[in-house]
Order: sequence, then structure tokens, then C-alpha cells
Amino acid sequence: MSLQIDADGRLRHLLTIDGIPKRNLTEILDQADALRSVALRGNKKLPLLRGRTVCNLFFEPSTRTRTTFELAAERLSADVINIDIGSSSTSKGESLLDTLATLEAMHCDLFVVRHPDSGAAHFIAEHAKEGVAVLNAGDGRHAHPTQALLDAYTIRRHKPHFETLTVALVGDLLHSRVARSGLTCLGTLGIGELRAIGPRTLLPPTLDELGVRVFTDFNQGIADCDVVIMLRLQKERMRGALVPSESEYFKRYGLTEERLGRAKPDAIVMHPGPMNRGVEIASEVADGPQSVILEQVSNGLAVRMAVMSQILGAAVKEAT
Amino acid sequence: MNLLIRGARLRFPNQDIDRVGDVLFAPGCIIAIDPPEALTDGAHVVQARGAWLIPGLCDLAARLREPGATHKADIRSEATAALINGITHLTLPPDTDPVVDTTAVTELILRRAREARGATVHVIGALTRGMGEETLAELGTLRTAGCIAAGNIGRPIGNNNVLRRALQYAASLDVPVHLQSMDPWIGADGVAHEGRVAALQGLAGIPETAETLALARDLMLVEETGVRAHFGRVSTARGAAMIGAAKARGLPITADAAMPNLLLNENDILPFRSAAHLWPPLRTSTDRDALRSALADGTLDAVCSDHQPHDADAKLKPFPATEPGASGLDTFIGLGLNLVANRVLTAEQWIDRAAHAPRRVLGLPAPLLVPDALPDFALIDVDTERLIEPTTMTSRGKNSPFLGWRLPGVVLLAAIGDRVYLRGDA
Repeated sequence: MSLQIDADGRLRHLLTIDGIPKRNLTEILDQADALRSVALRGNKKLPLLRGRTVCNLFFEPSTRTRTTFELAAERLSADVINIDIGSSSTSKGESLLDTLATLEAMHCDLFVVRHPDSGAAHFIAEHAKEGVAVLNAGDGRHAHPTQALLDAYTIRRHKPHFETLTVALVGDLLHSRVARSGLTCLGTLGIGELRAIGPRTLLPPTLDELGVRVFTDFNQGIADCDVVIMLRLQKERMRGALVPSESEYFKRYGLTEERLGRAKPDAIVMHPGPMNRGVEIASEVADGPQSVILEQVSNGLAVRMAVMSQILGAAVKEAT
Repeated sequence: MNLLIRGARLRFPNQDIDRVGDVLFAPGCIIAIDPPEALTDGAHVVQARGAWLIPGLCDLAARLREPGATHKADIRSEATAALINGITHLTLPPDTDPVVDTTAVTELILRRAREARGATVHVIGALTRGMGEETLAELGTLRTAGCIAAGNIGRPIGNNNVLRRALQYAASLDVPVHLQSMDPWIGADGVAHEGRVAALQGLAGIPETAETLALARDLMLVEETGVRAHFGRVSTARGAAMIGAAKARGLPITADAAMPNLLLNENDILPFRSAAHLWPPLRTSTDRDALRSALADGTLDAVCSDHQPHDADAKLKPFPATEPGASGLDTFIGLGLNLVANRVLTAEQWIDRAAHAPRRVLGLPAPLLVPDALPDFALIDVDTERLIEPTTMTSRGKNSPFLGWRLPGVVLLAAIGDRVYLRGDA
């Protein structure tokens, strides 16, 4: 039995997409469909998580992600505690386990955790009290499962026949938890062909072993794609001698209108945000007709509501 | 008081001894092999019942954490734990805090080790001052103070010029060097072997070239300077092959691998098991198998525990934030016997790689099972298994990736010089 899935096949924690059966992933996407109208109508709340407490535990600053989790919990009528622990406070001496013990004393039902170290959500789930669930909101380079699910959900709304699709992830896959979870999620859901595009310095060395087609030439890699997922290039990558400059990166790996023209005519463009315009994506594309980037954000709300209700065992269909 | 080991299987391959016999000894001196009854009057009898009496094991790398990190372990605790586990010689790398680059630190360690009355402790001095990249350590002074060798174990030297000068200087004084070949930049932020598992887990990788590139350089410099060199903790198949090729062209070098790298591989860090966070990292199963073959055929001369005891907090963090290293004294014999049981090594090969070869590397005399020799042996019941648990580990460091394993071998007695460990029921 895995840490994430209990003996009855139900989701206990969501730490990584790795190891979650297709059935559970599809169930989350279906629930998100059921919750989407509620998510988009700001004034309506569902009583699904009334009396439950969700704690957003962020060891890494992220206003956007934290806000969507906060909103998702509130739309389900949960009480929400937000705790931002800058990376400095761990260096103040309090260990992660001490922090956890302090917060458990407040009787939270669900920790939504973001942390700069890979495996942090796993670590917290292993050490959390019985009955306390953990939802990974991004741990280091490892996983960002709700982002992967909202990406899959967004793709499904536009292109429901996964087995016929070619999806490319472009840019810094090496440091990207979005890419790692995305590849696993889309792979499990049966996407026809997965591609990774980027310079060798930004690609993990064993992607081809995972069944991903690897391209270092963007123009070749994007040919006939149905979905193009652009990844954010962190500014600090220039210092690690991984790419020479933003402008050269944009020339080789930036998504321009011209490059997008090589994909299928109805291809959609996605980005987990926040975008670096003019670095990995041109503004014309980001704001263009093929971009579904803002839709990803609103879908994120529905998907996170679905995941929270799954983990906390609230049956959506009965309540709606 | 005299002790009589009765009915042991005496296994000293270097003396071609493999037979059942008795050994009468007193702390500090072997009195007789198969003694006449008259001599054994009043001796405490240890019934061996076929347990193996073998040379005490000799460990080429064990952190004792003193000075500098006595919240993890100390010389007394670890030298005692070593003897209890049949390891009669320990070699301490110089990366203590402060590092071993002065007479004072060397003497402190050696004095504490004598007071501990456990395993004999040998100290490797730093090759460069502060284990840094600028000036040479006083290798002559350190040898006079008692260092058995000089080395850069645990702190790779990036500056080729400084390393070359250090090796030239060590060669001039005929000080042997222990090198751990690892590039200081490639994979510097890595916490796992750069491969499939690290890619899946989003862990920064340490590629094979971090080892092979540094090893290639070090081999060239050793060849050029003619220094006596030992290469510690080889972790890759290619690295072992490079050692083999260098030996084949006549370079008088020796090398070892760490025990965990012979048993485990990259998959054993799943799912984020900090006990298996090691440096050098656990590599692929292909690497592990190549290390096993290299140890069996003698390309790698020795196996060491690479003992790195930690306090619990050091490992109670998300994986990348944990400190690397495994506590290794308590599993050293059991894992060695495991390799024998799995036909990776013959019993004679294991005794050589874990007891005799390390002494040859250090320039220590081989223990002899003859009257008047110093006792330096361990009596091991190889037919009884023990469960590896924190409560049964004798090292202060409980950070073992082998917790929960059942390993063969219970040490009934161990002796080095006048220090004797006798298991309570033996």
C-alpha cells in the first residue's frame, strides 16, 4: 500500500502523480467538471468541507498558488489558515518537524504544503499525525501534482481524445516540478506522444527512458504538436552556466508566432505562470488566440476544490 | 586472566590456516595455539562451537566525529563500537573540525583513542592546510605526530597545481596519500546519482563524470609524481575499470569501495529515504555489480565501512537537506558475510578485502596466529543472524540504510593488543 492511496483505493495524500492510478486521476478531473460552475461563480459556497480546517503551509513565497488554494478551500466552506514561513525561519533553528508539531496542535485536517526541497511533502506526510492529510503544492524540483492535474483538465476541455494528441513541454525541464508531474500525469492518462524540448543543460538525462521524445531543436520538436506547454526560465539559471543569456534563450527556445505556426493550426499554448515575456514566450503568443493560459488559472480553482474534497472524503455528487 | 577459545574454526588465510582448533591468550599476548591441558588451567573458556576466528577487521574510513561534532559520536563511543563489531583497526579521515592539519589535533585524537581502549585508531592527516586550496599541510610534522598517511578524503581539491605540488611533496617525504576522487564542481549541489531515480524524484544529480574526471586527473598526477597512492570510495563501474587499467600498466596503486555501494543502488533512496543519502551516492545496479566483480578479482583491494554516524536530526529533514552518510560499523561484518553467502566473495576473499588488504594499504603488519604475537582477531558466530535495529546498534549513529535487515554474524569476542571484548554470554 502506498502512502498516497489507502487500502480501499482512495486518495489519502496527494504528494506526487507518480503511482496514482488512471482511475483516480480521471475521477479528480470529473469532479472538477462538477465543481467548475461553483468555482467560477464567486458568491456561491458548497458546504462540503464545513467544519474542516485547511492550513496553507508555504515555505516558499507564492501568492498566486496560495491564493487559489485559499479560494478553493473557502468555496468548499472550510476554515483556512495561511502560514508563510520564509526560508529564513528554518535557518532560525526551528526544524520542520517542530513547525509541524506546532501546527498540528491547531487541529488542521489538511496541510497544503509548498517547500523548496524535493521530497518535503513526502517527509511531512510520513511524520504527520494519523488523520492529517497532506496536499503537495510544489516541493523543490520534485512534484506539483495539482498543476499537472489542472493542465490535464485544461487539455481535456479542448481536446478530449488524449490518445491522438502530441504534447510538448518546452524549456527548463530539469528544475521543473511542473514538468515532472506533467509528464507523469499526461503519460498515465494516455497522451499519444510526449515530447520534451530544450537545451541539454536543462533536460534531465534519462527522459528517453521514460518514453519521452527529446528534442534540442525547438522547430523540429514543435512540428505537428496539439499542445505546447511552456515552462518558466528562472533568472538564476544564467548564473549556473546553464544558458548564456535571456536573449539567446528566447532566440532558440522562446515561443514566437512563427514557431507556433509549425504546430497544428488548432494547437493550444499553456504556461504554468508566472510568465517571463520575451524570455520563454512572446507577448503576441501569450495574449494570442491559441493561448489558454488564463483559463488554466480558473481551471486550477476547480481542480484544487476537487482534490481537496477527494482527500477529505467529501462526496461531491451528493452535495451538489 | 587467560582466555581459552575452544573449538573455533581458525581462518587466517595469509598463514594458510583453515581448521578447527583452540587458542589460549592473555590480554596483550597469544600464549599458545592448541595448548596442552596443563596450560589451560584457570583460563576462562569461550566455547566457540565452530565460530570463525579470523583476523580483526581493518577499516580504511570511519568518521568518529571528534573533534567537532561530538553531538553525533565521539572517539570513545565509536572505537568501542568498532571493537564490539570485530573491527580492530579504524582509519580516521582528516575532515574533522578543526581538520587534522596540526600536531595538536593529531595528538588529541590519538590520545583520546588510547584512552578509549577500543579499536586502534589511525589518523590520516590533511594534504593541504585547512583541507583548502592554497598551502600544503606540514606533512613531515604530521607524520612525526603520528599520522599514517595524508589525504583529501571528503574535500576534493579543485586546484590542479596545488594538488600536483602536494603529491610531489608527499612523494619527496614518502608519505602515502589517500585520495577520494570527486570533482569539486560537477554535481557539487547533487544529492543522488544523476540517473533515472534522481530525474524522477527531482533531486540534483552527481554524474558519473564527477568521479571519473577527477580520477583521471589524480591517476595522471600519481603516475607523474610517483607518490604512493590509495584511492578511496570508488563508486562507479567506469571508475573501477580505470583503476584496473592503471594497475595493468604498472601503477602501484590501491583502491577501495564503501560497503553500502556493494549492497545497494540508486533505487534504494526511494521514496526519499534519507538513510540512503550517501556521498559518494548509491549508483546504478550495473555500477554495484561492477564494484562487486572488481572487489572479487582484486581490482579493488579493500572494502571499508565508510562509517558516518549522525544524530537523528541530521536525517530528519526533506531528503536534499539531510546530511549524507551511513553509520557502518554495526553492519560491516554482517554485510561482508552477506556477500559471502551470496557468492559475491569467497570467505577467504572477504577476510582478505576486509582485514588483510586494508593493513597492506596502511603498511601495518598482518596479524598472526602464533604464540607470542599480539592478539588481533575476532570470533564470529556466522550461523546466527541478527536483526539490525537502532536499539541493537552499538555506534552512537543509528543512521543505517540496513535497518530491518537480518544479517549473519554475531561477534562473540574481539581482541586487539591488551583490549578484549567478550560478549556477555560468551
